[in-house]
Amino acid sequence: MTGQMPTHADVVPHTHYRRFDRADRLLHGCLMFSFLGLAFTGLPLLFSHEVWAASLARFFGGFQSAGTIHRFCAVVMMTVFVIHLSRISQRLFRQKDLSVLWGPGSMVPQPRDFFELVAHVRWFVGLGPQPKFDHFTYWEKFDYWAVFWGMGIIGGSGLVLWFPEVFAHLLPGWMFNIAMLIHGEEALLAVGFIFTIHFFNGHLRPEKFPMDSVIFTGRITLTEMEEERPDEYERLVRMGRIDEYASAAAPPWVYRVGRTAGGLAVAFGLVMVALILFAVLK
Amino acid sequence: MTRLASRCCHAVLVLAATASVALAGAQQAAPKPPANDDCLACHSDPSAARADGRTVALKPESFAESIHGMGGLACVDCHADLAKAAEFPHAGKLAPAQCVTCHDKAVAAYDTGVHAEARRAGGNLSAAMCADCHGSHDIKPSSEPASRTHHSRLLETCGRCHGNDEIIKRGKIAIGNVVDLFRDSIHGKALIKSGLSVAPTCSDCHGSHDIRRKTDPASRVFRKTIPDTCSTCHEGIGRQYWVSVHGAQVAKGSPLAPVCSSCHTAHDIRRSDVEGWKLEVITECGTCHEQSLNTYRDTFHGQVTALGFARVASCADCHGSHNVFPKADARSTVSDVNRVATCKKCHDGATPSFARYDPHGDPENRSRDPLLFYTSQFMKMLLLGVFSFFGIHTALWLGRGMQLQTAERLRRRKDKGSTEDGE
Repeated sequence: MTGQMPTHADVVPHTHYRRFDRADRLLHGCLMFSFLGLAFTGLPLLFSHEVWAASLARFFGGFQSAGTIHRFCAVVMMTVFVIHLSRISQRLFRQKDLSVLWGPGSMVPQPRDFFELVAHVRWFVGLGPQPKFDHFTYWEKFDYWAVFWGMGIIGGSGLVLWFPEVFAHLLPGWMFNIAMLIHGEEALLAVGFIFTIHFFNGHLRPEKFPMDSVIFTGRITLTEMEEERPDEYERLVRMGRIDEYASAAAPPWVYRVGRTAGGLAVAFGLVMVALILFAVLK
Repeated sequence: MTRLASRCCHAVLVLAATASVALAGAQQAAPKPPANDDCLACHSDPSAARADGRTVALKPESFAESIHGMGGLACVDCHADLAKAAEFPHAGKLAPAQCVTCHDKAVAAYDTGVHAEARRAGGNLSAAMCADCHGSHDIKPSSEPASRTHHSRLLETCGRCHGNDEIIKRGKIAIGNVVDLFRDSIHGKALIKSGLSVAPTCSDCHGSHDIRRKTDPASRVFRKTIPDTCSTCHEGIGRQYWVSVHGAQVAKGSPLAPVCSSCHTAHDIRRSDVEGWKLEVITECGTCHEQSLNTYRDTFHGQVTALGFARVASCADCHGSHNVFPKADARSTVSDVNRVATCKKCHDGATPSFARYDPHGDPENRSRDPLLFYTSQFMKMLLLGVFSFFGIHTALWLGRGMQLQTAERLRRRKDKGSTEDGE
């Protein structure tokens, strides 16, 4: 742990540790699929004056069929959101697992996240050592809450726009203008964030390039555990619970599926970013 | 004679006319004018030719079937200079036939028109004269389907020049090949494909003899007159239009307010329920209503139509087409009293609350909708904030990561080198 062993074994180290359970991985898969579907059927509207937007809309069989795909993906995503919320509630209310709310296993931002952010940036510019992260880093939490907030904002405004006649009983008509605006802007934020920042943090940064398959296999290697989450490793060792997380390497087909799905998602996402940049910078 | 018959057929006509007036006197005068049979003695002989070898023969039966032939006109009625000729065969060059002798009103109208003007002012001798449209020896009344000027054949007749790119170029006809445009228009299809007697052909809008430039206030296609010309057939729409905001402006003399052709074009008029037209006419409204077009494009309706699908509302779906009124006018389809009904055309469950949606909502306009404005400002700051923060974060991380990797590679190479040295 003193700076040696920089070798980056991607697939075949001896020991693995569980990070995401099967449900998390499945939910993330559905999220990826529906997010791409939503982005590719929704963005043509936002960039309707671009030639590529018309081609894309036609590719999906016209705006009505693109709209149907968009709503289907929205239902998938909202289902993912509801399942996730119910899993969290289950842990919190049934199992009385308060670690959901605070501590290393919680997504709730905590003071150490702020200090780690500062330390991390200091490390970027060579002013200090790399901070020792625990189970969730500050950028992972940001990713999580960005999606969480996005679900509420985009999902909520999307429902309003989907059923305007129903919502008109509750809201004045000018709220559709607001709903339309934030649905589009927030979507742009989400797409831009996921397809650049999240892809970089997760996959494209030099340490992980070209891809981190943890979200598909659910396991990280001992090396990764020691290097990237030393605090978690030490904490689990100290508590004598490290063996609870020990796991074998995922079967090779899982890696293959993960690489393919992840690779395709990154490729599609970067194409979308290129199209957006092309439109914005023109 | 063929030349006379076809190319200089106007001359024939003129002579026929002159002669018919002089008919009574001609009989007493000497020498006796030649009878038609006398003329045909030479002019029905296929081998009879001019000095230069061109035939002088014509078809006696086509003259016999023509309106002039049926009416018993003599050759010398139009070719009047031959009525007094003493020697036959006569000289090759004859005076032009003077249609005006009989058809004075038509010729007077023709003289006010663009064709006569082109001949006079521009010296453009390709510009049509009587015979170019009516023919010469075989003229039939325009009520007969075989006539060149019959409703069903007029397009072809005008098209001999206005559908001929060579002549259009030579005559510098600004509007270009209108026959090509017209053929695919709703009027053209009704006329050519469906053979409708009520479908308009050229003369229905332009007149026949007195075809004037559109800049001429007396023209049927003068800007301010166009709605009346179209109303000849589209009577109900004309009534709607003249009371609308656009019609009222035009009546007051506005040079900008649209007339029929501003939106529908002149020759290329399409069905208003065709997708392509529904989409293009949006841009047409936008030539004057630029701001409204921009804000429309920011809404779902405008985005979908921009993508090329006409199923959602465009300008006319909410504002009406011929019956456009200002929003404050109770007759307007978007006035407070009518708006819900207008929304209901597509949105069955529309309510007064629903109709408070602003189909031209403008996030940049603080006074129009402050909440929308501030929401937009907030979203802009949010996007700018997130992307700036994480943009910098990512760039720094990338730099550090690459630096470490390079250092790592160098160290490994050095290690390798020192191991080899050691051996």
